[in-house]
Amino acid sequence: MAGSFAAFEALVARYERPTYSLAMRMVRHAEDAQEVVQETFLSVVEHLKQFRRQSTFHTWLVRIATNHALRVLRRRKRNRAVPLETDHDEAQPLPHPDFIAQWRDEPSSLAQQSEVRRILEDALSELDEKYRLVFVLRDVEGLSTEETAKALDIGISNVKVRLLRARLMLRERLTRQLGDPHTRLPAHGHEDVTSEPITDQTKEGKP
Amino acid sequence: MKCEQLLKAINDYVDGQIDPAVCKDLEQHLAGCNPCQVVVDNIRKTITLYRGGQPYPMPPELCQRLRQVLREKWQRQFPQAR
Repeated sequence: MAGSFAAFEALVARYERPTYSLAMRMVRHAEDAQEVVQETFLSVVEHLKQFRRQSTFHTWLVRIATNHALRVLRRRKRNRAVPLETDHDEAQPLPHPDFIAQWRDEPSSLAQQSEVRRILEDALSELDEKYRLVFVLRDVEGLSTEETAKALDIGISNVKVRLLRARLMLRERLTRQLGDPHTRLPAHGHEDVTSEPITDQTKEGKP
Repeated sequence: MKCEQLLKAINDYVDGQIDPAVCKDLEQHLAGCNPCQVVVDNIRKTITLYRGGQPYPMPPELCQRLRQVLREKWQRQFPQAR
């Protein structure tokens, strides 16, 4: 794959912004994200001859960027290892849906609104790092469960549990902001309740 | 299937990786449970909304610095190449 620098520059031009967005979503800090991007592309040059097209270039790049992001996150914790594998997600109860309502618009239209883009990034920032990293790799970057497990050096079952929690937490946060309150339904644990929208009276006392 | 079980299976369902027997139970539950229908729909929309976005523009100083350090690295790595 190694060829002229001009060809490589074209590759950089195509992938630098997505890589910067990925880095920002993982490390949540502009200077650290810049470092991740720079180190990622330097690693790409260094290992370009080893790229064997066993994976796509995008997947390879995401894995390299994830390595550098993890390094930054670990350094932030004063060289203590990121405790990605130390707690037991399976043992904790799932975050149950509380605010259940239809969204006020379709994703294609919501995505065009700058206010919604800010809501999305804020919601992602509020997730714990271990959930955020899995969600970003699986659902934003489109890596498989196995590729995500490899990139983060965690087990496949951890990826699955963290993705479930991440999606449920993001759904809750986004629905509180993007949901139409008039379509709000009773919260989960609702086998015996009706599916009638919640009235203002029934909403009282909710956080 | 109860709501709690649906919640545990929701990822496999929206990712299209669910066991067909479980899928049948799940869809039976969905047919009679409006809140679960909405939660599944919310989850699908959440994923769609995040996918494909590049929300952060490259800082111009990074663009410039990146070209420079990469050019230097390239010349060291591939001294024969132009």
